Amino acid sequence: MKIPTLLSLFAACFVAGSANIEENVGQFFSSGHTNNWAVLVCTSRFWFNYRHVANTLSVYRSVKRLGIPDSHIVLMLADDMACNHRNPKPATVFSHKNMELNVYGDDVEVDYRGYEVTVENFLRVLTGRLPPSTPRSKRLLSDDRSNILIYLTGHGGNGFLKFQDSEEISNVELADAFEQMWQKRRYNELLFIIDTCQGASMYERFYSPNLMALASSQVGEDSLSHQPDLAIGVHLMDRYTFYLLEFLEDIHPASKANMNDLFKVCPKSQCVSTPGHRTDLFLRDPGSVLITDFFGSVRKVEITTETISLTDPIKQVEEIAVHGEQEKETYSYVDQLPVSEIIHQKPKQKDWHPPDGFILGLWTLILLVFFKSYGAKHLKHIF
Amino acid sequence: MATTEVERRRGQLAALSIAAVVIIIGVPLWWRTTETYRAWLPVSQIQELANLELQLSADVEVVFARGTVTPEQQKKIPLTLSQDDEHVVDEDTSLRYRYETRYRTATIMEEDALNQPTAAEADLSLHMLSESPCGSLVVYVVPESTSLLPEDVEVYIGQRRTALLRIGTQMRVGRTLDQLLDHLEPRIKKLLQLMSFSHTDITAALSDRVRLSPGNKESIADSMRAFKSSPGYEITFSLLNPDPKSHRLHWDIEGAVQTFIQPLLTKLEPLANFSIDSQILYYAMLGVNPRFDNSHNAYTLNADSLAHVINPVEARLGSNAASSNPVLNFLLYVPDANHSPLYIQDRKKQQVPSNAFHSPRWGGIMVYNVNSFYGPDVAFPVDININMAKVMGVFLAQLRLLLGVQSSTPPPGFLVAPCGSSGLADWELDRLMWSRSVENIATATTTITSLAQLLDQIGNIVINDNIAQQVSSAVTSLQLAVAELESGNLGFALQYSKEAILASERAFFDPSLLHLLYFPDDQKFAIYIPLFLPMCVPILLSLLKIASEVRQRRRDKQTKTD
Repeated sequence: MKIPTLLSLFAACFVAGSANIEENVGQFFSSGHTNNWAVLVCTSRFWFNYRHVANTLSVYRSVKRLGIPDSHIVLMLADDMACNHRNPKPATVFSHKNMELNVYGDDVEVDYRGYEVTVENFLRVLTGRLPPSTPRSKRLLSDDRSNILIYLTGHGGNGFLKFQDSEEISNVELADAFEQMWQKRRYNELLFIIDTCQGASMYERFYSPNLMALASSQVGEDSLSHQPDLAIGVHLMDRYTFYLLEFLEDIHPASKANMNDLFKVCPKSQCVSTPGHRTDLFLRDPGSVLITDFFGSVRKVEITTETISLTDPIKQVEEIAVHGEQEKETYSYVDQLPVSEIIHQKPKQKDWHPPDGFILGLWTLILLVFFKSYGAKHLKHIF
Repeated sequence: MATTEVERRRGQLAALSIAAVVIIIGVPLWWRTTETYRAWLPVSQIQELANLELQLSADVEVVFARGTVTPEQQKKIPLTLSQDDEHVVDEDTSLRYRYETRYRTATIMEEDALNQPTAAEADLSLHMLSESPCGSLVVYVVPESTSLLPEDVEVYIGQRRTALLRIGTQMRVGRTLDQLLDHLEPRIKKLLQLMSFSHTDITAALSDRVRLSPGNKESIADSMRAFKSSPGYEITFSLLNPDPKSHRLHWDIEGAVQTFIQPLLTKLEPLANFSIDSQILYYAMLGVNPRFDNSHNAYTLNADSLAHVINPVEARLGSNAASSNPVLNFLLYVPDANHSPLYIQDRKKQQVPSNAFHSPRWGGIMVYNVNSFYGPDVAFPVDININMAKVMGVFLAQLRLLLGVQSSTPPPGFLVAPCGSSGLADWELDRLMWSRSVENIATATTTITSLAQLLDQIGNIVINDNIAQQVSSAVTSLQLAVAELESGNLGFALQYSKEAILASERAFFDPSLLHLLYFPDDQKFAIYIPLFLPMCVPILLSLLKIASEVRQRRRDKQTKTD
């Protein structure tokens, strides 16, 4: 009789204790990440691939709206649709016919544009093997507590994705790149979304832990585009990303929607192709993973409870400046456009110099021809 | 008939010589020209490093003050004991902690120092007498009747590397030296775990090598909060003024940084380089609307909305584009006149005294209310001088937390001295150095072993000489670091571990190591067959023809002899 009461008392103590820890530690054990990154890639160029750029820009827009700053987004667009000569509405990229939603916006920051979007650059960004002169905005500076969202769109096939119409990345290379990221602990969890034909083949070869993948179509199926806009003249978006955008527009930074809702986006009736997903490498249950864990950037915060009392008076910094003033260097602007170096002007000769070889040679030739043709007897007329 | 014979001979010779040239010269030439340059790597040493056996040594000196030991026991001291603690973390990693404890009695000068009225002064005068080297500790055992420590306090931990331990009541009379040592041992051990290294700290530092299952939730929070070891950090102080029309703010950031922050950073110089900059942002709002709370007659931000404050501000902060070092942001927000005063509430709806919060691996934000500096009828804009000592007190505490100086609550009966003007006690620095050395060694070993594995697996990657050199120097630095940790030289161990991690990262992230040469087997055949098949088929056929003729001739010869 006593034992159950004792046990229940112990259980109550444990519950109370863990509740205390929960209060103190907060949201720390729901997910192990402290920052979010996004790598969004559009791999096709040419005007008729407008929809791929619109796909990528719509995901970019959602991710920015949900809180990930530009410094943590690597956006790669293989072609510039907004400023394309064939765009009837320049500086806009629309996602819906009747031009309802301009996904280009005012503050888009493209990190890799045009011909910089290559397989090599994409793999370099993922693995971190960039030349030392690469600026911070073009690097993926993630650490072991970063959740990364990777979105690829373009033309693909069974086991490959086409870049720029001239090269391709295979699923084995992608899986190896993710493994190298895991070895160097460059991510905590990674969500991989791909919207291409036969997209599911691209995640077949993954073998690193903590990867979740979604694709717009299975092997053997094509991903179809949504609808054309008659004014612009091309298809504006792909179906999967269109419904994905619709789903994400309902998410706000404090939303509690989880990954199971994301898997239901675009069923076969709407998408015509069958979207697929892969979660066997992911350690957590997808139902407990929030959408904002990858698409947003909800920071963990802790209240600062301790302070240090500082009582020293502030040292005046002027004392140091006095010594510096005595050795002031004078600076002057460097010639911004050194014209003489550009145009290779010969400096004007101030003194008289004997005539150049060319002039001498020319005169000798003239004289020789004259005397050859008219004979040496004319010499006496000269001298 | 002779000419056809000669022709045939000539044909055979031609075929044979072509075959000879192809096999003897062609094949080696093709092999050499298509092989990739791979410099030699010390693979065996790397495999040895994959099996990490770390030994951490700490020197402890236990000094008995007058009144703690009897005169005949005094003759038996000085003595030295050493103790080993082995832990196996996983199949590749094992740790051993060695404590070398030296017991001795106090000198006269130390006794004088211990006669000071308060513990803090005693600590100061003890420090003047001798300076303990990095990584060692001195524990002074004081008699029970001492007035240095308050009643319920057993242990006082000073600002440098000394601690005062009060001997227990049961050890007053009639005990042997062994009993005394046994009584002291567990308390000294607890002290050591607080002041030098504890198993949880070191295993947390090994998180790169060993992916631990989420055990203690508090330790997860600790490991997520501090930045990982990096050769440099950037610190940015930003003043956010959303209402320049009302408040004209003046902050002496240069002086404040020089007085309060720079001493800490100078002390942390063996760990990393720090670069500091500051900026003022105007019209920068917090992303959250504060609510007016009638009970406190102030605007409040509750704990749940704090998480959404940072993102809209971060977009405007900017960063130093020249380096890839992690950035620590410290923001000072002065609320606008319409939303003053602004207080932060914790989960229990209590006001936070520091009015500040921090985000792991990002930085900290403090809200500084200025409405008390001016009355209601004042002409805007008002000139306000910010009290930098108060602000820097909060930022310094946040900086300590973010850099990994854990201020976990000490066990009961322990009194920890407040850290001095530099913001960091010496023993806290030692603790940080130990965990950073172990972390660097763990990261460098995983980097080097995974690099070696990668290069081994993919036969097509070119290994340049500079990569081989970086790898070799990383391996030597790692071996030196492990050796220095074993012998207890903490400063050198940290330095070698930093060199090791720099070299290994440079080797791993070298741009030339990108493997783009994935050829599936059918593609390899598709490339080589059109080149070699048209050439090899005639040679092979002629060789076969020669071989069949030779066989025919031999058969003829045999039938002739028969």
